[in-house]
Amino acid sequence: MNKGTLKQILLITDGCSNKGEDPAATAALAHQQGITVNVIGILEDNTEDPDGLQEVEEIALSGGGVSQLVYKQALSQTVQMVTKQAMTQTLQGFVNKELQQILGKEHTMEDLDPEKRGEIMEVVEDLGETSDLEVLVLIDTSASMHDKLPTVKEALLDLSISLNSRVGRNRFSIYNFPGKRKDIDKVLDWSPRLDSISSVFPKLTSGGITPTGPAIRDAMYQFGKKGLLRSLRSKDEQDIEQA
Amino acid sequence: MNKTSSKHNPFLRPGMTLTGKWHKKRYVIIRKLGNGAIGSVYLCEVGGRKAALKISDKGSSITMEVNVLKSLGKVQGKRLGPYLLDVDDWVSPTGEIYSFYVMEYIQGETLNEFMKQHGSEWLGVFMLQLLTDLEYLHQAGWVFGDLKVDNLIVTSSPSRIRWVDVGGTTQIGRSIKEYTEFYDRGYWGLGTRKADPSYDLFALVMVFLSVFYPKHFQKGPNPQATIFRKINDVKALHPYSSCLKKAIQGKYLTSKEMKQEISKIIYDLQKQPNSQQRKKQKNKPSILESIGFLIIALGYYLTSLLIP
Repeated sequence: MNKGTLKQILLITDGCSNKGEDPAATAALAHQQGITVNVIGILEDNTEDPDGLQEVEEIALSGGGVSQLVYKQALSQTVQMVTKQAMTQTLQGFVNKELQQILGKEHTMEDLDPEKRGEIMEVVEDLGETSDLEVLVLIDTSASMHDKLPTVKEALLDLSISLNSRVGRNRFSIYNFPGKRKDIDKVLDWSPRLDSISSVFPKLTSGGITPTGPAIRDAMYQFGKKGLLRSLRSKDEQDIEQA
Repeated sequence: MNKTSSKHNPFLRPGMTLTGKWHKKRYVIIRKLGNGAIGSVYLCEVGGRKAALKISDKGSSITMEVNVLKSLGKVQGKRLGPYLLDVDDWVSPTGEIYSFYVMEYIQGETLNEFMKQHGSEWLGVFMLQLLTDLEYLHQAGWVFGDLKVDNLIVTSSPSRIRWVDVGGTTQIGRSIKEYTEFYDRGYWGLGTRKADPSYDLFALVMVFLSVFYPKHFQKGPNPQATIFRKINDVKALHPYSSCLKKAIQGKYLTSKEMKQEISKIIYDLQKQPNSQQRKKQKNKPSILESIGFLIIALGYYLTSLLIP
């Protein structure tokens, strides 16, 4: 059975966007195309008010994904947790839609008794383990990220260990923003592992430009034009129906 | 779904009653036992008996844990993990829905507390107990995953080490569901996060290391060498060090193999002190004898002095 491929953008940033369109809007656009947008906001070691990072939650909300604010020490575990949570969330979304078709509009998983819910979660878990996954990592490399990049690199290697322990296949790519001339620059092309990133981590862009919105828009197109033409979500739904 | 961690756990006050939406059972909250990655655990009372209640707004995670507890209940002839009593939802006064499940309350000491009081001769015993349970679990097709000091408790009379949180339990061949960095071989760069028996055996070694290094330690440039050095530095672990190192390197494919080697070590250890004691016992009479001879000789000498 073809399980379909889950597509995710993982945005790692430490600040607010300040150039181009609203990132929440481009995230919503990506979500429409069947791509989930997850956001991880890295906190400074002694910030008490993470107000500047409120945007993080909004982007993930409209991108259908998961967001989390962390100190850089906890980054590794957060990155893999957010990715897996988002997969479960997406798959659960599909299952919920199916349920609504069968049981009527206002029914979701929460309306089922715990026993039936358990059986459905087993299906969701199976799908999460076996479906293929494409993750595009989008890293903010503006000046303030300087001292955080080694930790980001470590967290991505860790993510690769986690996801490659699954049964399903994975493809990763890494882009950074702002790019030298474009909104985003390619760091690593689609590949099944992330071990090769050690040598290719980007040189930093100085200056305070953070074009998060345009970066998400560009990232969306990196999943390939073919996938964008038709809604991938309906394809996945059919698969679940078959299951 | 984007909630800060504080929102995941509803605040339940001691004394308040929580009634399940589906099964209508009433639980009186006694106190909070702890916070986990998903949800909080409370001590509660139901029908005059104490129980542990885990509650979270992440319904799907609660459901997954319940699935694990149910399948552990099916492992025959062996109680692995806590006994599941109830699964239900709770609607808070403000209308939010939280999922919870209720399990047997396992009372006891943490491994660290116990070891401090009772000394390191329990090391081998607990290793064997854990390895036996793991063997059952692995044979049933599961891997514990998040094996760590916080998920273990030592119950008293008889002293037995038990699992209290089985949230990380994963089917063999899949990716580990939940883990903690210090206990995770992936973090140390010594293997994948694919669920196989050796994943648990690695974590088992780290459990016993964290008894002696409660604050844990950094990985350093060569993680394997770091762990080996830390094993060598603990005197109480010396007898087991070769086994522990093999487990770190993933050389045991089953917990049975490791269990057999550990039990052999324990057997040898018990033989040694016995033979020493026997030697001492042999020595003691000979000393007594010589003292006796001396006294008698002295007696003869004195009498020979008295008799001219």
